[in-house]
Amino acid sequence: MMAIQGHLSLLLVVVPLIMAPIVAILPRARLAWFVALLVAVVCALLAGIQLWNIVNGGAISYELGGWAPPWGIEYRIDAVNAFVALIVAGITALTLPYALLSVEKEIPKQQIPFFYALFLLCLCGLLGITQTGDIFNVFVFLEISALASYGLISLGRHRQALTSAYQYLIMGTIGATFFLIGVGLIYSQTGTLNFADLAERLPAVFEHKTVHTGFAFIVIGVALKLALFPLHLWLPNAYTYAPTVVTIFLAATATKVAVYLMLRILFTIFPDNFVVNTPIFDLFIILGIAGILIASLYAIYQMDIKRLLAYSSVAQIGYMALGIGLASTAGVMATLLHLFNHALMKGALFMAVGAIIYRLGSCRMDNINGLGRVMPWTFGAVIIGGLSLVGIPGTAGFVSKWYLILAALEQQAWISVAVILVGSLLAVVYVGKIIEALYFKAALEANKSIKEAPLLLLLPTWTLALANIYFGLNTELTVGVATSAAQLLIGTIE
Amino acid sequence: MDFILGHYNYWVVILLMMVGFYIVISRGNLIKKIVGLNIFQASVFILYISLSTVENGTIPIFKEGFEVYSNPLPHVLILTAIVVGVATTALGLALVVRIKEAYGTIEEDEIHEQDHSL
Amino acid sequence: MTHNLIPRVVSKLLIPLIILFSLYVQFHGDFGPGGGFQAGVIFSAAIILYALVFGLDVAEKIIPPYILRLIAALGVVLYAGVGLATQLLGGRYLEYGVLGETQVAGQHLGILLVELGVGLTVASVMLIIFFAFAGRGRP
Repeated sequence: MMAIQGHLSLLLVVVPLIMAPIVAILPRARLAWFVALLVAVVCALLAGIQLWNIVNGGAISYELGGWAPPWGIEYRIDAVNAFVALIVAGITALTLPYALLSVEKEIPKQQIPFFYALFLLCLCGLLGITQTGDIFNVFVFLEISALASYGLISLGRHRQALTSAYQYLIMGTIGATFFLIGVGLIYSQTGTLNFADLAERLPAVFEHKTVHTGFAFIVIGVALKLALFPLHLWLPNAYTYAPTVVTIFLAATATKVAVYLMLRILFTIFPDNFVVNTPIFDLFIILGIAGILIASLYAIYQMDIKRLLAYSSVAQIGYMALGIGLASTAGVMATLLHLFNHALMKGALFMAVGAIIYRLGSCRMDNINGLGRVMPWTFGAVIIGGLSLVGIPGTAGFVSKWYLILAALEQQAWISVAVILVGSLLAVVYVGKIIEALYFKAALEANKSIKEAPLLLLLPTWTLALANIYFGLNTELTVGVATSAAQLLIGTIE
Repeated sequence: MDFILGHYNYWVVILLMMVGFYIVISRGNLIKKIVGLNIFQASVFILYISLSTVENGTIPIFKEGFEVYSNPLPHVLILTAIVVGVATTALGLALVVRIKEAYGTIEEDEIHEQDHSL
Repeated sequence: MTHNLIPRVVSKLLIPLIILFSLYVQFHGDFGPGGGFQAGVIFSAAIILYALVFGLDVAEKIIPPYILRLIAALGVVLYAGVGLATQLLGGRYLEYGVLGETQVAGQHLGILLVELGVGLTVASVMLIIFFAFAGRGRP
């Protein structure tokens, strides 16, 4: 039984990998889309089964090539990985039905098979990061997903897409190389790359300066990938100019996987008494607070909705950093919960914005006046996603902010509590700006004849919007999984 | 003096790393940035390879009469990293070609000027 | 480049040798230094040399870009497919031992197939990159 579970966990990475080149050589755009959709659905099912297996049977370990760890590469999956993998695969399976029309509108026909091939490669990389238990393997998957996303972003319609992809390529490669330097330094001291083996061997050598340096390099490298303020500079441009589907996908998955990686590094790989003696947690609280406040302020002044939401993403990453910085079970649990909920709300919001772009061709604040009245369903999704972003009770956004505040109160971190509340107020302002333009401003003449978005775009959008409400009311499932995952992470050494 | 000579491989690595990183940060020319990135990555390759050396060890190929071998694992890791580096460079250069076609220049400040005058 | 007699003659002599050497590196990879990455790059160097001397159009006639794309995809599928095959035969992913009668024969066959996949993909991707850059801006 154990073996079959392991095979399933491996297939989660191999299926997108093997199908990506096949999709690339398919002759027709719709056929490519259909195969990609199938792969995404299969992956979501596999991820669901995997989580179910782990909740009922404990962690899964799989030795690639039959080489026993720590010498061979091991895939080691517990509740934390399985939870993140399900978020990634689930969001992808919802994004692909949406992709059909949106991609046909935004990307030249002959490039569409390549688009889906890159999309699957990116998925393969992200899922690989969540599955693997080998730190060099993480680097490889990090680069697979990153290279694919540079390509995806550059397919945007405006020429700024090229410069933002280039900017992301430079910063992303610097981040990955920093990670690689760190891994090399750690390897030189421990002689191992396996997560569990590293956790065993690091306590003996953690006083060495080399380990300190390696730790710093790894943390900065991953922080660049997760767009932690002030290393977020690549993110707003990349999200703004990428094709809409790519923005949805990256916003809901890529940064989440990086947050997961950061949690693993801080709580599983490096020994607690080492990490606590570095200023890393204070740093995360300070950068989290700065990120929430500054990025929210930036968001308020944006004229392009995609850009506004991108800055809001940076702010939301600030909340997650804050949760990590609290370094308690409650804090990490709130981070994991926010990971999931943020994927839901940003997914819904970017999808709704994508529907507007589909009809209007742009999403600048001064072009969308009055659109809410001619596109009521899209507008409804914007409202739900926006309320969730603000954190109104009854939405998913409220749940994670609530637990984050509880975690902060537990340590009497009053400033953090205040910042979370101020951040929500700032979110009211920028969400309000979108809603005001969409509904309350006098409709532009040109916008009156615009029709509601097609059903194929609305269905995934509303699935995510309703999920925001469902997980805002029924918190048993998400809180349960997030709690057991957080206990696993914090409890590894405590 | 021993400290400096004994660790000469690290000095080479640090020098290359800083040279590469400085080029990436300071140059406005998009191609030069990629050259800098390559130097930066090459320094890491050398770091790994020099780590794997075992004193008096030969190359890790099995042959009678040799007992001590270098550690082959970092070599394999770096082979992968080199391939990643090649892919990054190719993609970066492809983007530069497209940027040149779209903007008519590959100087960062001129691109910024064009984007803001829109 | 019709009048550059020396490069044309020399490259005609060299190209078969380069290809032969790439095949040696490819298939000797399990006994000595070598393998798919290196062999693929050497192979593509032969074609690139041909393209530099005789022109891009002629080179694209030898290996049209759409065939290159097929080969690149085939290589990855071969690599991942060997893994799936070992899973179906009851081993772990890429556990070559189950491919043959004995452990050694299985390892041998497995690494040969995987390196072949790597070699095919590397050679064709290198050529795709070269043709894409060199062919840019042509009418």
